[in-house]
Amino acid sequence: METFNLVILILDATLRTSTPLVLAALAGMFSERSGTINLALEGMMLGGAFAAASVAYYLGNPWFGLLAAIAATILLSLLHGFACITHKGNQVVSGMAINILMSGLTALVGIALFAQGGKTPALDRGSRFQPITFPGAEAMADVPVIGPIYSELLSGHNILVYIAFVAVPFSWWVMYRTRFGLRLRAVGENPGAVDTAGISVVLMRYRAVICSGILVGMSGAYLSIAQGASFLQDMTAGKGYIALAAMVFGKWRPFPTMFACLLFGFLDAVATRLQGVNLPGIGEVPVQAIQALPYILTVILLAGFIGKAVAPKSLGRPYVKER
Amino acid sequence: MTTSLQLPRWIDAGVLPILNLAMAFLISGLVVLAIGESPLEVVEILIYGAFGYDEAIGYTLYYTTNFIFTGLAFAVAFHCGLFNIGAEGQAYFGGLGVILAALYLDFLPFPIMLIVAIMASAAFGAAWAYIPAYLQARRGSHIVITTIMFNFIASSLIVYVLVNILRPTGSMTPESETIAEHLRLPFIHDIAASFGIDMASSPLNLSFVYAIICCVLVWLFIWHTRWGYAIRTVGANAHAATYAGIDPGRYVIMAMLISGALAAFMALNEVMGVQHRLLIDFTAGYGFVGIAVGLMGRNHPVGIFLAALLFGMLYQGGAELSFEIPTISNDMVVVIQGLVILFTGAMEHMFRPRVTQIYIAWRSRKMAQEAA
Amino acid sequence: MSESIHTAHGTGKTGTVPPAIELRGIDKRFGAVHANKSIDLRIEKGTIHGIVGENGAGKSTLMSILYGFYQADAGTIHVDGKLCNIRGSEDAIAVGIGMVHQHFMLVEPFSVLENVILGVEGGAVLRDGVDRARHELKRLEQEYSLNIDPDAIVGDLSVGLQQRVEILKALYRGAEILILDEPTGVLTPQEADHLFRILRTLKEQGKTVVLITHKLREIMAATDTVSVMRQGAMVADRKTVETSPEELSELMVGRKVLLHIEKGPAKPADVVLAVENLCVDNAQGVRRVKNASFLVHAGEIVGIAGVSGNGQSELLEALAGIRVVSEGQVFLNGQDVTPGHGVDAAQLRKRGVAHVPEDRHRMGMVTAFTAKEAAILGYDDDPAYQRNLLLDWEAIRTTTQHLMDEFDVRPADPDLKAANFSGGNQQKLVLAREIMRDPALLLVGQPTRGVDIGAIEFIHKRLVAMRDAGKAVLLVSVELDEIMSLSDRILVMCDGVIVGEVAGGMANERALGLMMAGVAPEQAHAEAGQ
Repeated sequence: METFNLVILILDATLRTSTPLVLAALAGMFSERSGTINLALEGMMLGGAFAAASVAYYLGNPWFGLLAAIAATILLSLLHGFACITHKGNQVVSGMAINILMSGLTALVGIALFAQGGKTPALDRGSRFQPITFPGAEAMADVPVIGPIYSELLSGHNILVYIAFVAVPFSWWVMYRTRFGLRLRAVGENPGAVDTAGISVVLMRYRAVICSGILVGMSGAYLSIAQGASFLQDMTAGKGYIALAAMVFGKWRPFPTMFACLLFGFLDAVATRLQGVNLPGIGEVPVQAIQALPYILTVILLAGFIGKAVAPKSLGRPYVKER
Repeated sequence: MTTSLQLPRWIDAGVLPILNLAMAFLISGLVVLAIGESPLEVVEILIYGAFGYDEAIGYTLYYTTNFIFTGLAFAVAFHCGLFNIGAEGQAYFGGLGVILAALYLDFLPFPIMLIVAIMASAAFGAAWAYIPAYLQARRGSHIVITTIMFNFIASSLIVYVLVNILRPTGSMTPESETIAEHLRLPFIHDIAASFGIDMASSPLNLSFVYAIICCVLVWLFIWHTRWGYAIRTVGANAHAATYAGIDPGRYVIMAMLISGALAAFMALNEVMGVQHRLLIDFTAGYGFVGIAVGLMGRNHPVGIFLAALLFGMLYQGGAELSFEIPTISNDMVVVIQGLVILFTGAMEHMFRPRVTQIYIAWRSRKMAQEAA
Repeated sequence: MSESIHTAHGTGKTGTVPPAIELRGIDKRFGAVHANKSIDLRIEKGTIHGIVGENGAGKSTLMSILYGFYQADAGTIHVDGKLCNIRGSEDAIAVGIGMVHQHFMLVEPFSVLENVILGVEGGAVLRDGVDRARHELKRLEQEYSLNIDPDAIVGDLSVGLQQRVEILKALYRGAEILILDEPTGVLTPQEADHLFRILRTLKEQGKTVVLITHKLREIMAATDTVSVMRQGAMVADRKTVETSPEELSELMVGRKVLLHIEKGPAKPADVVLAVENLCVDNAQGVRRVKNASFLVHAGEIVGIAGVSGNGQSELLEALAGIRVVSEGQVFLNGQDVTPGHGVDAAQLRKRGVAHVPEDRHRMGMVTAFTAKEAAILGYDDDPAYQRNLLLDWEAIRTTTQHLMDEFDVRPADPDLKAANFSGGNQQKLVLAREIMRDPALLLVGQPTRGVDIGAIEFIHKRLVAMRDAGKAVLLVSVELDEIMSLSDRILVMCDGVIVGEVAGGMANERALGLMMAGVAPEQAHAEAGQ
């Protein structure tokens, strides 16, 4: 029973840690399936987190914080699009530029506004997204097996966790069952086909990066006004890159990407729990090894040792009309 | 079909980069204005902080040293058509090489240690670049993603090594033991003092001279050797390389090994020259600054030196800035860095069509005048 | 954006029928290149109209303007007698113009159906539109006998079938006017015949077809009327029945003499290149060259004829050491030099194999390099170019100057960027680099592709001079005329197999054509003889 409770506890933590990854990885997917590399997830997440915490602090309402985060990340996406789509700039460089810019700008503005060394002031309960308790969760809690699953694992998360996991099937539906998705996938494979079909490649790619902005904005907001209670300098700590890795690991597809996020989230949840624990037969597993595992797994996948990750054909290539 | 007109060199390598840079600084100025401070005052403090007194110049050049190494690292890979985002991890690993040599071979005399340390940092940095390079060359894994992953893996690995192996027994802080005094790189002010010249003390050390030597070596290598020629061929047209009997994979690996080694030389400055021990995150984002330096310097050693100097100035001046104006932290420098990468890298073509138009109009008017 | 599948077009049965397309004064420049010079063109409704011209004559540019891919600098477009302002593909589609591009505009991982509905999905959610499209597709397939599985993945289809998907795409959008840009370049003669049958069916249904090609045979076989373009200008309009290939070729080139090369009889000497049972696979593991065996002697030009994409490119690249040989052996002057077994392009060069690749932009040079940098591609390890550990740029400049003077490369400036030379001058520089090495064997692919007439003659003369100097030359070209006039012996390739050999002087174009389609030599000669 104790093991079962531990498993529930770890899975519960997994959901929490993988939520921002799921949202950001889906964001990356929308952008990259349309042909625009999105290395800027990290910086956009940071920008979203900062905007959310600041606005939630001033207005005392998490929903305004969320909207501010989404607005901020859409703006950043448009900047990325302006560089990569309109000016056909290098997408990797633009992504790195946004990451560095946001790392500096959030701290700079944070200090200028709040003078707390780059932090935003701590948010009270009303300014954050609170856990949602499912009906009957407390009553169910004592029922063996199903009880803890329902009341601990499924119930009691904030709204963004549920949004993230609903966003996965929704993204799948948009991508594979709608006109928008068909065109988006086409523009990432062969923009010439889209152009000759009378659809604007530029507009299509802009729409895709805007979708990307919306999702990554929620991911940023999750960090500062749902999971956390304030913005901290560089609080994303590489989560944007892990999300990118998860997207590659999930081969640019919604469901596999979600499972990759869950795996990486699980490793994160386990790492914190295994610190200093002696495992029978293995001894103490260095926490750094588990932390590095998502990156190592992604490299192994990219090397083609487990399956093959085939990127959209036009990924990274600006569209230039050929004669 | 080539429709673009070839602009004269002074526009292509002069006017356009300066326009882009001006744009980056303009936006930075707007950011300062938005915070409610005066951009002019900020510029004044920056310049004074960077060059206003002897000690400041030393600090500026100390930062410049790091940026020359990481800028050159970015450039060599770039000439082979590669984005090496992994300078951070390669430098980190280079630091491990330096500290291992300095701590475990501490019986060596300094001149030999100097060579050993250069070789150790190069070997460790190159080794860390080798795996992504090999995966790119032989298995087609995208080097941008793998080098990013390797930055994180290096970070975890070195923390593990510091905490579990290099940390002196009894110490709680995760850092290595200190390098013996006679094995440290001499400070420039100490060298100057031995010649009877009085200089303010600063972290500037011998590695600055080595950075300049590296600029020359990289210039010779890229434009005046067969291997540099092969690397540029692979970078410009991999099919043409194959046609010419140049194995692209081989030169991808070569370029990355050199790139990794150059990035790792940063550790000579930081570990052997200044901090004298291996610290967590001693690379402090200098590897990423290398991207900005390389792009701004057009991947040419002369440009890289100038761009590194500019960033050295920003880093040192930025420290002064946060001291003078409390509302502006030295994160301002990071903002400027991001904007420089954005405008000189990602949006480098923004002004090109307009400038080309103006140039054509100017030229045809001049031709008309000459005809008249 | 037009979402309508069928745009009704007034057929104007009463009175005079306006032309399907009328262009007036279309003018277009790309920087210094004047691609279209004030072009007038009239294409009648319900006809198959051919537009011929050499590579670079401006045909594709003109059609791209008609399809809205580019905007003309001046001039007007009338469709069905109505003035149209075509600013993008969507405008062209709206007035009933469809285009089959030379490089297919298909999304390979998509199904046929998904490709067809792209842009005209019929609703924000795919489901309803897809069902309707499936019915409509079935009707179109039956009407025009375009058999194709709507659920097949396009990337898995053969080139001929992919082209049918392109045609279906245009028809599905209600195209009344169908433009085909060099549609047969990648097809076998049979596939091409099938295509022409489809085009005739389209014409019978009242559609207008515009066929762009540089192959006169196709013009004569398939069109009702033909327009000739030369160097960006429209030089003639003819009824096909009232003209001849001779007249058209004269109009295309602008002078009578076409590809007649003064050369004496070959004096073949020792075997230089011996190829035995050579097999080459592409990156996907598909066998592209199947058991090729042949000899090339010193002092002869051996031509390889074939429709583009039948393994010639892979054969040439394998012999140059760029591709790995899967099976078989290659001997150079009796020594085993089979590529892939420790022998690569660099080593073959050292042993006297020079290679002028088929595509100079892709392989032959680095356009970002200066001429002198381009002039040492493949030979950068020559001791004459080294000084200690460094490259001796002075020596390289001198050599480049010499190459440029010898091959009349203009402007003769070794420091100019390669991209700034014209196609002909780039090609001459590549040839100079390879020929001036005095190789034992010269491999040449498409030596005159995208090269102006003057340079063509020069290049052909140099190739014959190589032969007369006792060198072995292996020539791959999709231009049958070039093969026939240069080669002493002709090998014909079809689907990776060398199907036959013909002596150069006695080559019969029709027999060659049949062999290129895979017909056995005896039968081909018999049929051609009739």
